[in-house]
Amino acid sequence: MSTPTLDIQRIATLSRLKLSEEEGAQYAGQLSKILDYMHVLEKHDLSGVEPSAHAIPMFDVWREDVSRPGFTCAEALANAPRKSADQFMIGKVVE
Amino acid sequence: MSLATETIASLRSRLLSKEITATDIVTDLVKTIEARNPEIGAYLSYDVQAALDEAAKADISQPLGGIPLAIKDNINVTGQPCTCGSKMLAENYTAPYDASVISQLRAAGAVPFGRMNMDEFAMGSSTENSALGVTRNPWDLGRIPGGSSGGSAASVGSDLAIAALGSDTGGSIRQPAALCGCVGMKPTYGRVSRYGLVAFASSLDQIGPLTKTVEDAALLLNHLCGKDAADSTSLDIPVPDFTANMRDGVKGLRIGLPKEYFVEGTHPAVSAAVQAAIKQYEALGAEIIELSLPHTDCGVATYYVLAPAEASSNLARFDGVRYGHRALNTSDVLDHYMTSRAEGFGPEVKRRILLGTYVLSSGYYDAYYLKAQRARTFIRQDFETAFEKVDVILSPTCPSPAHKMGEMKNDPLTMYLEDVFTIAANLAGLPALSLPCGHDVSTGKPLPIGMQLVGKSLDESTLLKAAWAYEQSTDWHKIRAK
Repeated sequence: MSTPTLDIQRIATLSRLKLSEEEGAQYAGQLSKILDYMHVLEKHDLSGVEPSAHAIPMFDVWREDVSRPGFTCAEALANAPRKSADQFMIGKVVE
Repeated sequence: MSLATETIASLRSRLLSKEITATDIVTDLVKTIEARNPEIGAYLSYDVQAALDEAAKADISQPLGGIPLAIKDNINVTGQPCTCGSKMLAENYTAPYDASVISQLRAAGAVPFGRMNMDEFAMGSSTENSALGVTRNPWDLGRIPGGSSGGSAASVGSDLAIAALGSDTGGSIRQPAALCGCVGMKPTYGRVSRYGLVAFASSLDQIGPLTKTVEDAALLLNHLCGKDAADSTSLDIPVPDFTANMRDGVKGLRIGLPKEYFVEGTHPAVSAAVQAAIKQYEALGAEIIELSLPHTDCGVATYYVLAPAEASSNLARFDGVRYGHRALNTSDVLDHYMTSRAEGFGPEVKRRILLGTYVLSSGYYDAYYLKAQRARTFIRQDFETAFEKVDVILSPTCPSPAHKMGEMKNDPLTMYLEDVFTIAANLAGLPALSLPCGHDVSTGKPLPIGMQLVGKSLDESTLLKAAWAYEQSTDWHKIRAK
């Protein structure tokens, strides 16, 4: 596999990161170099093996559907950069 | 002699005999921190009054009663900052709850004291990626302390802390422990609850101790492990007393040397120190067995696909709404997210989010992420095969002693390759420990060298037994940074 040309601004938008053109060029160069290195994975035949998401077997974990104590409204809002009337304040999202 | 120079074990016996009080320990620590932290920079912050209040109330009858512990700044402690070394959380975040490990340590009588510097969001191996301050290696102030738990390691290595907590995703406890001359341990994945640890790569992260001795690591581990309803990946299995078999010796213990870990490129002083340690184990009656971990060459690539992929997802929570940095005067909701995150995150975090987003993006998932998950299976199987023949696996912790500050700052790939010996244990979920085994004296100032022991899943006890036997037969742990 060869490393395709990186559309860094597209990746940045998917990542929700604003990058200047200069930053974009710098990251594109570094990421290409890192992705080239990933070709080391090609050395081994990986086709017949199950992928591991975890190091140990993991299964769905269930608990009883009963309420537990959580944050109060004031505690949940304590770190909010902007809040109003016991709610998080965000910018307008509807036209 | 300041109480700051002592170990958990020695302080506990002096507390129990009423020779000293918990307040005396905090007072001595504060004096040492005030004198030396300005040049070492291990602590980002510390609340003396809160520690004195807690020390005065500490229940000395508990197993860790009255012991102050330095906490990496990505583990939540109620009412304290938790910056993760990032501007994102530096301005206005106060932890609203205790991480589960902190609740357990408090129940055992310990006093959380101090917030330790780290690479931003635990991404890095030098602590140079902290946005909030420089941490220097106490053995040579011109060098890095390692990372990402660099503040924790530098504090323990210079007697600025009795012991510390760190987190280890790819070596972030063991590598700085090696470079600062202390013991650092990553427990088996699932042994320790991650609830309250700010997530970097959830399938790899584990909290663990950084201590002056192997015994202290065992004493702390006793109160870190256990099933926690708040972390579904924590394991519901009995937690032994990790000090119980620690003194049993290594006669007949089978120690494996993976040939892939003893290759060119390792610093000569590191090779020499580790070879001497192998001889020492032989003299102590251990059996040395050469073996192969054939997928070692996949380790770094696998890790640097999986860890950034998980990080890109975990760090999506920083949206400038519920907590963390929020940009001013943005035009719309997308601009709000993109600008807040661009202003809050530093370069290495951005690099890894971009990398992780790329390998998960449509069209590239199979080529990178899925392939890395398959390689992870092979890496795990390598260890399973190896552990049919041996009880522990020995190697250097890292290929070289601490490098100079700034030396690798613009070369992320070279820095990533330095993690080659530590990341496999995270990918395979195995317990691993680094302990001091020598010094590189070629630069004029002694620089600590660490040896790594990797154990079978859930077999921390054998790991600690092997480490204790070596430690007690050598003097490396007694030599402190001047």
